[in-house]
Amino acid sequence: MSVTEPVKASRAALPQQAELEQLVADALTHAQKCGASAAEASVSVDAGLSVKVRMREVDTLEYQRDRGFGVTVYFGQRKGSASSADFSPASIRETVEAACTIARYTSEDNCQGLADAALMARDIPDLDLYHPWALEADAAIALARDCEVAALDADPRIVNSDGADVSSHGGVRVYGNTHGFIGGYHASRHGLSCVSVGKQNDEMQRDYWFTVSRRPDLLEAAQTVGKKAAERTLRRLGARRVGTARVPVLFAPEVARGVLGHFLGAIRGGAQYRKASFLYDKLGEQVFPSFVQIEEQPHLPCALGSAAFDSEGVATVPRHLVRDGVLETYLLGSYSARKLGMQSTGHAGGVHNLVVQPGEFGFDELVRHMGRGLVVTSLMGQGVNMVTGDYSRGASGFWVEDGALAYPVQEITVAGNLRDMLANIQAIGSDVDLRGNVRTGSILIDGLTVAGE
Amino acid sequence: MSTSISQLNLDTARQTILAPAGLTESDLERVFGQLMTPGVDAADLYFQVSRHEAWVLEDGIVKEGSRNLDQGVGVRAMCGEKTGFAYSDEIVLPALMDASSAAGAIARGGQSGRLQAWQAGLGLELYQPANPLESLSSEAKIDLLRRLDAEARKQDPRVEQVIVSLAGVYETVLIAGSDGRLSADVRPLVRLNVTVLAEQNGRRENGSAGGGGRFGYEYFLQGDRGLNYAREAVRQALVNLEAVDAPAGTMPVVLGPGWPGVLLHEAIGHGLEGDFNRKGTSAFAGRVGERVASPLCTIVDDGTLANRRGSLNVDDEGNPTECTTLIEKGVLKGYMQDSLNARLMNTRPTGNGRRESYAHLPMPRMTNTYMLAGPHDPQEIIASVERGIYAVNFGGGQVDITSGKFVFSASEAYLIENGKVTRPVKGATLIGSGPEVLKQVSMVGNDLALDSGIGVCGKDGQSVPVGVGQPTLKVDALTVGGTQA
Repeated sequence: MSVTEPVKASRAALPQQAELEQLVADALTHAQKCGASAAEASVSVDAGLSVKVRMREVDTLEYQRDRGFGVTVYFGQRKGSASSADFSPASIRETVEAACTIARYTSEDNCQGLADAALMARDIPDLDLYHPWALEADAAIALARDCEVAALDADPRIVNSDGADVSSHGGVRVYGNTHGFIGGYHASRHGLSCVSVGKQNDEMQRDYWFTVSRRPDLLEAAQTVGKKAAERTLRRLGARRVGTARVPVLFAPEVARGVLGHFLGAIRGGAQYRKASFLYDKLGEQVFPSFVQIEEQPHLPCALGSAAFDSEGVATVPRHLVRDGVLETYLLGSYSARKLGMQSTGHAGGVHNLVVQPGEFGFDELVRHMGRGLVVTSLMGQGVNMVTGDYSRGASGFWVEDGALAYPVQEITVAGNLRDMLANIQAIGSDVDLRGNVRTGSILIDGLTVAGE
Repeated sequence: MSTSISQLNLDTARQTILAPAGLTESDLERVFGQLMTPGVDAADLYFQVSRHEAWVLEDGIVKEGSRNLDQGVGVRAMCGEKTGFAYSDEIVLPALMDASSAAGAIARGGQSGRLQAWQAGLGLELYQPANPLESLSSEAKIDLLRRLDAEARKQDPRVEQVIVSLAGVYETVLIAGSDGRLSADVRPLVRLNVTVLAEQNGRRENGSAGGGGRFGYEYFLQGDRGLNYAREAVRQALVNLEAVDAPAGTMPVVLGPGWPGVLLHEAIGHGLEGDFNRKGTSAFAGRVGERVASPLCTIVDDGTLANRRGSLNVDDEGNPTECTTLIEKGVLKGYMQDSLNARLMNTRPTGNGRRESYAHLPMPRMTNTYMLAGPHDPQEIIASVERGIYAVNFGGGQVDITSGKFVFSASEAYLIENGKVTRPVKGATLIGSGPEVLKQVSMVGNDLALDSGIGVCGKDGQSVPVGVGQPTLKVDALTVGGTQA
């Protein structure tokens, strides 16, 4: 057997949506037969290929194929869940029965149940999420090699590499419930990334770059990804510590996304009804400066976060999360909505394409504007207390003097309180990073404590 | 009998994994025939059947219950530094043959590999192969959750929210290697956790405690163990209600015993994993024999501790786990190895080849990593600090293995002023440099403790259960990431 044949054989075709819809329908029928008053089920199949090339040679070649089936049943207001990767009819029935058994032991909870029938997505637009890539192992290896070679050849100080990865995945998922809702879609995700290692005297540094898209033709070129990984590694060489000080901090777009992530965590329904949020009960209040606008655009064609319905079948709706700095909505699924006496906002499972309105200035202009302070390009650790907003994380980046990057810094922390940090945003850059579910430019925040020497 | 559990585990694995699929050892030979294409040095099949359950109590009621069944087989072929990998969630011969041809395609010619004759691999006997999911009735599990909820609430009227979660895994693995070894392990793992939220004058803080290991749920019923988690979570939340802003800057830090050993996991553990050292991307690469810590420091990775969360009878490549000395009296002794990296570095595997599941490739990973006890009285250590921090509880940590910089975040800490522990301070991240920080260790306590069985380690997107431990120790200079400059 030639070496390329099995490769074709293993990039298994995905099942038809109708096939999975039948499976979900059968599971729901069985749940009702077992006495459940309501039920919901989801099923997914994902398949893909990933390769890593390291120091110009193939390191790993992996074929992935993952399946999942999950069901939640309600007996009145008692709930039980079960899941399995086995799609055989017998296993589906057993999984449903396992969920029913669990529901005998859970408590009556008057907030439990399916999302309201009136909120179910009625029509499911084609969001252009599925672009399969007929990428075979040899081509993927060649692409990864091009990427890594561009990094290795960029500069003699790039002495090592953690490799370049190419991956291509496609999947299909279906969700249905006993309101009669059933919906599904195919989606693809392709990516290319590179981690390079630089050395100067006794110091070693690593950094990386990546590109990701639902469409293979929209990925950055392999050489560009490799070169950026090398540039980012080289600029970290010669890193020093700085003295402890209170200074403005500019979060580069790739870490600014994380700051927004803490904001999203704080307005989740679960954090609100538990009072476990540094933005507890702040609906309708000013939490950002008045120039900040944050929208959710769930139906952007081809975007990484797009979806027509949430994980309970509720239609997603474009909306402002923050208008003129004021918090306009929490992120609610049906359970947290009922706990708060509100209605689901279609956020079971998270947000779909969060867009922070970019400002007029780019990264360099913001650095000029801050004059003296810290640019953070990488954060480490989990030092975020979501209840109090206390924030303390390891950081590396660049010290800024006279409005320009002066030298790389490392082994320092940045600390503050997230409530103050959001309120003290000075500017948002036009340098938007599109590679994710949260789209934001750099964020300049005043008054953080940098701890170092 | 020293071979009885090993043999029992192999029988269990054959019965629960191979027999339902109608697979025989001669079928496995056919699979290896397909997998061992010319050029393949070594190959293995990793069969796994795992059952998981979770129960969550919140607002005084049992809100969530779930059961999960996961099973599959991972097929790996290695050829020099190359690895081909495919997996299937269907344990049947056609799927195994498909996965084998995909994984075997990594090799492009060379010596013809051959499967050795089957033999039973030997494992340790560190825990009982019982199903923890059946160690208590559903009623008793729920009763346990309720009793912890009540215990937390009765501690203090400031307790607002209590979340109690109980989870268990019963996993059987069978590893067939091209060296002919058939190894099996039956792995119970349980975990109980309490999180509370306390409120005082509009200020809210949380506290969390828990534990577990490789046994049944009855562990939590022994003495007041489960109830103590509830008391401890409340105590932490109440301490944090009084906490003032933490200082910022470099200062002496005293770390408490047990879970603060996450320091070792981040500062040196990851940097001593074989893969990073083979590739030369670790700050510790090529430094065996060098002094990387003060002579007070002896650090081991020990997968052989009975019933511990990070322990394994055999690792995920079928090798028995070991107690590997990483640093002895300050000198770097060795690395943690899986079979691939050991072969490429001309050394032997140390039983550290671990994987999250059949759908992931094994890598060198830690088991239980801890520092041995030293000579100092913990009180004497605190008394030696004029101004600094005493940190006794931590959240997670992270390391950049190439630069060696690491962080770990304190969730309960106090100021030390003039040799005395005074006020509690808010959580803060501590940051340091792995190859340097242990040189700053000037005192090591005589109070070695391991954590209560709560650790999860993430690497390359794969999570595995681990343990950490240490005695009280003093680091003369570590950067504390507070807000009070």
